[in-house]
Amino acid sequence: MSRAKMKLIYLYTRYERFWHWLQATLIILLLATGFEINTGFSLLGFETAVEVHNFVGITWLIAFAFFVFWVFTTGEWRQYIPTTRKMFAVIRYYSYGIFRGESHPVPKRKEAKHNPLQRLTYLSLAAMLLPVQMTTGFLYWSYNSWGEWGLSWLPLEVVALVHTAGAFAILQFLVIHLYMTTTGHAIFAHIRAMITGWEEVEEGVKVEEWEKAKSGA
Amino acid sequence: MKSMRNAKTLISAGTLWLVLSLVAGTPLAAWASSSEDEPAPGRAMARQVTKVERPGITTDHSRLEPLQRTFTKGAEITQACMSCHTEAESQFHQSIHWSWRAGEEKGKAGYSLNNFCISANKGMDKGCMKCHPGWGKSTEAINCLVCHGQKKIQWDEIFQDYAAFAESDDPDEKEIAAEIQTEIQAAAQAVAQPGRQNCGSCHFYGGGGDGVKHGDLDSSLAKPNKALDVHMGVDGQNFDCTRCHTTHEHHIAGRIYTAPAYTDRKSLVEDDLIAKITCESCHTSTPHKEGSKPNDHTDKVACQSCHIPTMARVNPTKMSWDWSKAGKLKDGKPYTTEDEFGKHDYMSIKGQMRWDKNIQPEYFWYNGVIESVTVKDAVDPSGTVAVSHPVGDRTDPDSRIYPFKVHRGKQPYDKVHKTLLAPLLSTPKGYWTTFDMKGALQNGQKALGLPFSGEFDFVPTTYVFPTTHMVAPKDNVVQCSECHVKKEGRLQSLSGFYMPGRDHNSWLNTIGWVAVLGALVGVMLHGLGRIFTSGNGRKEN
Repeated sequence: MSRAKMKLIYLYTRYERFWHWLQATLIILLLATGFEINTGFSLLGFETAVEVHNFVGITWLIAFAFFVFWVFTTGEWRQYIPTTRKMFAVIRYYSYGIFRGESHPVPKRKEAKHNPLQRLTYLSLAAMLLPVQMTTGFLYWSYNSWGEWGLSWLPLEVVALVHTAGAFAILQFLVIHLYMTTTGHAIFAHIRAMITGWEEVEEGVKVEEWEKAKSGA
Repeated sequence: MKSMRNAKTLISAGTLWLVLSLVAGTPLAAWASSSEDEPAPGRAMARQVTKVERPGITTDHSRLEPLQRTFTKGAEITQACMSCHTEAESQFHQSIHWSWRAGEEKGKAGYSLNNFCISANKGMDKGCMKCHPGWGKSTEAINCLVCHGQKKIQWDEIFQDYAAFAESDDPDEKEIAAEIQTEIQAAAQAVAQPGRQNCGSCHFYGGGGDGVKHGDLDSSLAKPNKALDVHMGVDGQNFDCTRCHTTHEHHIAGRIYTAPAYTDRKSLVEDDLIAKITCESCHTSTPHKEGSKPNDHTDKVACQSCHIPTMARVNPTKMSWDWSKAGKLKDGKPYTTEDEFGKHDYMSIKGQMRWDKNIQPEYFWYNGVIESVTVKDAVDPSGTVAVSHPVGDRTDPDSRIYPFKVHRGKQPYDKVHKTLLAPLLSTPKGYWTTFDMKGALQNGQKALGLPFSGEFDFVPTTYVFPTTHMVAPKDNVVQCSECHVKKEGRLQSLSGFYMPGRDHNSWLNTIGWVAVLGALVGVMLHGLGRIFTSGNGRKEN
């Protein structure tokens, strides 16, 4: 099997890259300070950890609102529509093909940035896990207003535990996500793409119509 | 192409960090530069409400005619006072300072007891009377000068001396008598609002000695520095006791015994007629800078919990008293031993005691009510008997976490009647003379009109004091992590609520970390698989 010819495509716009790294920074800060508060290891000290966690959390909340605006106004939300087509092929690739040096069954294209597994993962993240984390985080932060909001019946422990569970899920995602960046044609290929915007992909692979985010656009 | 991409990378990265620092930096900068010089709202408010000097006195008592006469006994001075202050006597007679009674049963003159000298035996124990505001041990008339006198006088002695010299025919002795009388008159004329020495002459020495009872109230508060008490410090606000313990018709605010010292947590801003007895009275219930976390705590945590990190910071206070060890003799004689503070840690007349300094308080939910048992109440001697304990609960909106000194004792109880017992201590029939506990208990119970089976033993007890004095300056304050910590935090013993930093769910955490570890091991195995199979399209190079 000979290697396919590669070409550079501009895959990630400036805002996407900015958002990605901003969110990465915020999430890593939140994980570090959050787990300091939860497990009591000593990094910044409880007081500073809480202050940083609160500040970063609110920043994330505001920034996320911009992301939601962007994702809907640009039509990029279509990149997140889940599909089962080629899902099996992707699963087969990561559990078998990758070890055989096969090509990825769903190559990246501007119109179709995510493979079916990514769509499912990122949709679950952006539409479920992260909003749950933000909601519980915001509630936790506004604990003193619960009385005024008629939430006195809500035990802090429940909110705290859902928030902790969410944190573990995000940490787990982070581990796998970081590893998956190494599965490009070169170890740092995907990371470089997320920094420069330019991804090297195999030439001449046809992207099917249904895969495209903006059909006909 | 490559250099262009590099340039693009640089620009992108540069933009990213510029925007990042803009997004994150602006509030951070604002946060950091929030002026340190500007006092917190609560401090500014307190300064405002204490700014006005007290109105000066409009009467010079040394010029009043009733105070020019010869006084031969205390009651005559009382009479002179009452000739102008006509209502003072009846007011004061109703106050607990005079009656030593709280309701039908309680009070020093009632059936109340503690785990120090235990009971005043309804006034039979004359030793207690040295703190009663009468003339000597008599309850005939009020000694106004205990609280209002500015001169320290041993009244019993001075009147005896005067009587002795005044009866003499010797002109020299008559002259001495005249000098003593001048001294008496000067003392009677030197009256003012009670100062720290007046209140302190009893309250610093509660329990029979300096700092015995209260960990936050001892002679170190006569002239404290700011570090010991930010309000009373002579180098600071220099408050007298009465600055906070305001008075209405001789009833002084701040008593915590059977009823709370206050029921409303209002500030003077909300109601300018309230007693200034709570921290909130002057500092408001949101005293910290706006948006700061401590303000969120004031609904559940009393100010004192954070602002009195330790008590007894200058003088030691008594922490425990074991009556069961009393009565040991050396060569047939009672003896005492001293501890590192120079305090008695053993006294034959009292038993084994422990003193300590810089004590971290114990914390309880507290709504302002202290519940206590009396000599009449049945107790359960199988465990520790709480002679007094704070009332409160996490779910009670009036309860907050409050610091206490807990004095631990071991004191006699009736094995048949299951009640605590009140030994008679002073006087010739008391334990301090006879060293016969059974006899002392018989006499003590008899004085109270209560039965004693004759069978007694000792039971461990606790007695609580709310900690509220010795508020430290703002840089000496309990840190977040002293409570929000996994182990051995100050609030370790308080349960039933989730406290960030202290609590977590061990099930959730175990499952969580196993899942994260599982993911880590999974990707490592996958990665190793790729290396060993030389996969991922790199084999042809």
